[in-house]
Amino acid sequence: MGKVLAFIETRDNKIKNSGFETASAAVKLAGETGSEAVAFLIGSALSGIASELGAYGIKKAIVTEDQRFEKYSTTAYSKIIAQACKESGADVILLSATSMGKDVSPRISAKLEAGLVADCTEIKVESGNIIATRPVYAGKAMVDVKVCSTIKIFTLRPNVFKPVKVDGVTTEVVKVTPDISDDDFKSQVKEIVVNNEKLDVTEANIVVSGGRGLKGPENFHLVEELAKVLGGAAGASRAIVDAGWRPHSDQVGQTGKTVAPNLYIAVGISGAIQHLAGMSSSKCIVAINKDKDAPIFQVADYGIVGDALEILPVLTEEFKKVLSN
Amino acid sequence: MKIAVCVSQVPDTTTKVKIGPDGKSIDPSGVTYIINPYDEFAVEAALQFKEKHGGETIVVSVGKDSNKEAIKKSYAMGIEKGIHVKTDVEMDSYAVARNIADLLKEINPDVIFFGKQSIDYDDSQVGSLVSEMLGIPSITVVVGIEVDGNKITCEREIEGGKEVVEATLPAAITTQRGLNNPRYPNLKGIMQAKSRPIEERQPTYTGNKTEIIAMTLPKPKSKGKIVGTDVSAVPELVKLLREEAKVI
Repeated sequence: MGKVLAFIETRDNKIKNSGFETASAAVKLAGETGSEAVAFLIGSALSGIASELGAYGIKKAIVTEDQRFEKYSTTAYSKIIAQACKESGADVILLSATSMGKDVSPRISAKLEAGLVADCTEIKVESGNIIATRPVYAGKAMVDVKVCSTIKIFTLRPNVFKPVKVDGVTTEVVKVTPDISDDDFKSQVKEIVVNNEKLDVTEANIVVSGGRGLKGPENFHLVEELAKVLGGAAGASRAIVDAGWRPHSDQVGQTGKTVAPNLYIAVGISGAIQHLAGMSSSKCIVAINKDKDAPIFQVADYGIVGDALEILPVLTEEFKKVLSN
Repeated sequence: MKIAVCVSQVPDTTTKVKIGPDGKSIDPSGVTYIINPYDEFAVEAALQFKEKHGGETIVVSVGKDSNKEAIKKSYAMGIEKGIHVKTDVEMDSYAVARNIADLLKEINPDVIFFGKQSIDYDDSQVGSLVSEMLGIPSITVVVGIEVDGNKITCEREIEGGKEVVEATLPAAITTQRGLNNPRYPNLKGIMQAKSRPIEERQPTYTGNKTEIIAMTLPKPKSKGKIVGTDVSAVPELVKLLREEAKVI
């Protein structure tokens, strides 16, 4: 019987939400392929957190702890994940396609000579074969991909695979000592600089993005205020990033970030094809634009044709009112 | 210092994707191809690295004949030497990486720059694969670089912030928008690029690890609802988001 090894990402010795997503996806895939899901966690002081995975159906978790794992190291993490794969006899590895997952997974692929399908939005089993679906051209098209090697690696787009709670499962936690030396830390994170606790557009359930229709950088605060009231993140079109109104880290689109929140509000964004590619898989899209023919309305579920600067403050107030009730 | 940069040629961002007759790839007719936008940051980083630390620059591209255009663009920006591993076979990231790694083993660069992903397949794999194959460290999605002796310190973008990562050279770096502003080629550069030779090589590896079995277009969305044409539509919009879409 094969095994599905789920790499569970932690930050500050807590399981990230994407870790629960990976756990649930592994349990589901193991069920469909008649194999066993095994979680794998790396950290410096994980204490009892692996047992939290029982609530998502994980029966076994392997935990490896070392003071040197306090901060992420591409070279060391890839080595011990590949090791865990070999030692557990896994033939599938699942990771989340987060910054860390995207960084570490190709190195595991090269170590194990195993095919990697990145950023999957669906994984299914058809006549015994695992078929992964992933967006290409920033979501303008989708491909179904099969892995030809014995070991198969998939990274899962965050926010797409939902964590599913199950009852009555307890996790057996096995601690292993990593076979690692100081030489394996050829690259090492020294410091993490957080953007003033600002929520990233890729991690937010609600994203409010602004474009040229805001008329100037001095009006961007209107977008930020709406995002704040909704507990979401503020994003930007390429036009205003290129114009220097916003940092590139806010940019949504083909040469920026791809997002799929529950609610995406595009304000004063016409919807260039490269922008649509980055946000059109959002679950609900609202467009506010003064041009009724703007392409953004073709992907929007709801729209208001009007001036962004007039509508935004009123919309923020209305949400404030409704949400406080 | 030997400074390598790897580039690819991709459909531009305004491309409307149509599925080709094989049902597995895009229909290339009418598509304009450009150097992968993230690779321009890599080329610029290679040039700045040379300007600061000295050395020679070399550009590598694996793919169809049209990839020569990406090499010429790199020449026009200032890269000195180029090698094209020519193949008409569709290669996955693993196969492309193996070809690059085999070639770079000969060249033995001190630093290798890649775009953080190509905007066609969005795989974000090749730079990291190559560095593992070469047994050197990699730092991905980089927006800041500092070099001190053989120590390289980079800022890489992560969710909601940045990591400061340290590694020793030789190392591979994948570049993100924000790292630099790629220079525009001047006329002299463009003229020289036209006549500068490109060394052509045969692929050393062709075994793909993954296979695309189908390409499809996302389902078109049904037409949305225009709630109104001025601020009076706001309460109705909020009501719909709460009661119909149930997203608030």
